[in-house]
Amino acid sequence: MAVLSDELRNEIRAQFPKYPNKQAVVLPALHLVQDSLRHVSIQAVREIAELLELHPSEVHDTMSFYQFFKDEKHPLGKHRVWVCRSISCMLRGGEELLQHMCERLHVHPGQTSADGKVTMEFAECLGACEGAPCVLVDDEAHMNITPEKADELLKNL
Amino acid sequence: MPEFEPVLLARVGKPDSALLETYLRDGGYEGFKKALAMPPVDVINVVKGSGLRGRGGAGFPTGLKWTFLPKDHPGPIYLAINADESEPSTFNNRILMEEDPHQVLEGIAISCYAIKSKTAYLYLRYEYGRSYRVLKKAVEDCYAQGIFGKNIFGSGFDLDVVLHRGAAAYICGEETGLIESLEGKRAWPRIKPPFPAIEGLFRKPTIVNNIETMACVKQILDKGADWFKSLGIPPDPNNPRDAGSYGPKLYCISGHVNKPGCVELPMGITARRLIDDHGGGVWKGRTAKAVVPGGISMGFLSASELDTPLDFNGPGKVGCLGLGTAAITVIDDQTSMVDVLFNCARFFAHESCGQCTPCREGTAWMHKILHRIRMGEGQMRDLDLLTEVAASMGIIPGTTICGLSDGAAWPIKNAIKKFRPEFEEYITTGKKTVKPCESLMGAH
Repeated sequence: MAVLSDELRNEIRAQFPKYPNKQAVVLPALHLVQDSLRHVSIQAVREIAELLELHPSEVHDTMSFYQFFKDEKHPLGKHRVWVCRSISCMLRGGEELLQHMCERLHVHPGQTSADGKVTMEFAECLGACEGAPCVLVDDEAHMNITPEKADELLKNL
Repeated sequence: MPEFEPVLLARVGKPDSALLETYLRDGGYEGFKKALAMPPVDVINVVKGSGLRGRGGAGFPTGLKWTFLPKDHPGPIYLAINADESEPSTFNNRILMEEDPHQVLEGIAISCYAIKSKTAYLYLRYEYGRSYRVLKKAVEDCYAQGIFGKNIFGSGFDLDVVLHRGAAAYICGEETGLIESLEGKRAWPRIKPPFPAIEGLFRKPTIVNNIETMACVKQILDKGADWFKSLGIPPDPNNPRDAGSYGPKLYCISGHVNKPGCVELPMGITARRLIDDHGGGVWKGRTAKAVVPGGISMGFLSASELDTPLDFNGPGKVGCLGLGTAAITVIDDQTSMVDVLFNCARFFAHESCGQCTPCREGTAWMHKILHRIRMGEGQMRDLDLLTEVAASMGIIPGTTICGLSDGAAWPIKNAIKKFRPEFEEYITTGKKTVKPCESLMGAH
């Protein structure tokens, strides 16, 4: 059974005119699928490949390079929360913050909270070093995060 | 010296600075109109004459890069904008995109006209969601106002600007890794030559430029090449290969300072003045033990090297790889350099793309050896082993395709050379500084 809805397929097709070939739509398509389904299953890979006139292995090859995309065995929660562990955040408590947030949700990095709401991850430099330590919620940066502010962020998700 | 008036950051922090209407009110897109009235080659010559060098890290002269495109090419020619700003401690491009997107887009429009490109792809790192939303609106507004699209301002010039989001991989900031990623493939850098100007995106001639470089192009068209050349540091007369370090530069300050942030100054300020005059000094009344001069791949300045000018040549004179992204990270005297170096090594082990064996294995082993040292199990010979591994990887020894590896090796080389007694003491006293929280992050 097809896993990509007609709407998703149309959104993918809408990317075609921006590029001289369809292979360039692999990343945009993977983003659209993961945003909506919270993972990219092997069936989704096949369907993306069919839309882009590629072999499924070509799509999978690209997808597997970016650890950003998750397969059906590692689906994402409703939100994805990243804590930066690179140098500027590390120097100002980023790693301790990661531990704090993982303990709050009873997860290890890469895991999703029991209620399915939050997937916790560590990130390399998020480019918000003036506000270290920094947390990315989905794709929005939150700066100068203390344990109290982190609890607040998680509560509001 | 009178205080420098910011140019690239002039509009940042003003109300509605990201909106097209305020940008137009402030004289926006006049530089683009000016360029459209000139033959493209004249625009290239203005940029060439300004001495502008790329702001992404390598410092290659922008105008010169543009002249490498084949003459009278039937097209298409592409402009790929590198907004994959992922070098640790670097955020100047994010500020430009979020706060003054039209300055960047105007630079892109001018550059496209100069190199006869009708399509610009802006490759934006995924993590910059806010930048994406601000740029998306800015691009849509430009189409609505006829600033992008067909026959712009009746000039006959057509331009499309496409935003393309990455997927959280540092290697996509390497220009050919970026091109591969944009083509929908794994971001494995290409062997050069051919350079992108000859065969780049979709196998067509391509120029890859950085966001801040684009903002500089806009300002050069507005204020002239002479203005740009009046700032910064002229070429070193003793170095015939030096192209000078002209113009204003965005410096990022982070780490152990009281006031982290991004400041714009003429090229060549010292790390000490950045910390004391612009970063509010080292925090908690401490002193700086080390400073990263321009992203961690550039290595470290020691406390005695803080008066090094941060122009394209300065950091190299004290053994650093270069100016890099001009993002300084301050490390205070209470921090272990072993911990700092481990953090750098872990970053590169995580971000090596795995294509070249010396980099994939070298970064992994440097990470493992430093982990061993931090577990209290280090041996003195580990320090020489680290140096040996570092010396064997990169473009400089000729063992890898791209420069990620040189950047991975440099902090190791610098730290062990400049802070060796601290590493030796760490090993001989059997110190352990691994924090419990680190075990959460596993092998990488």
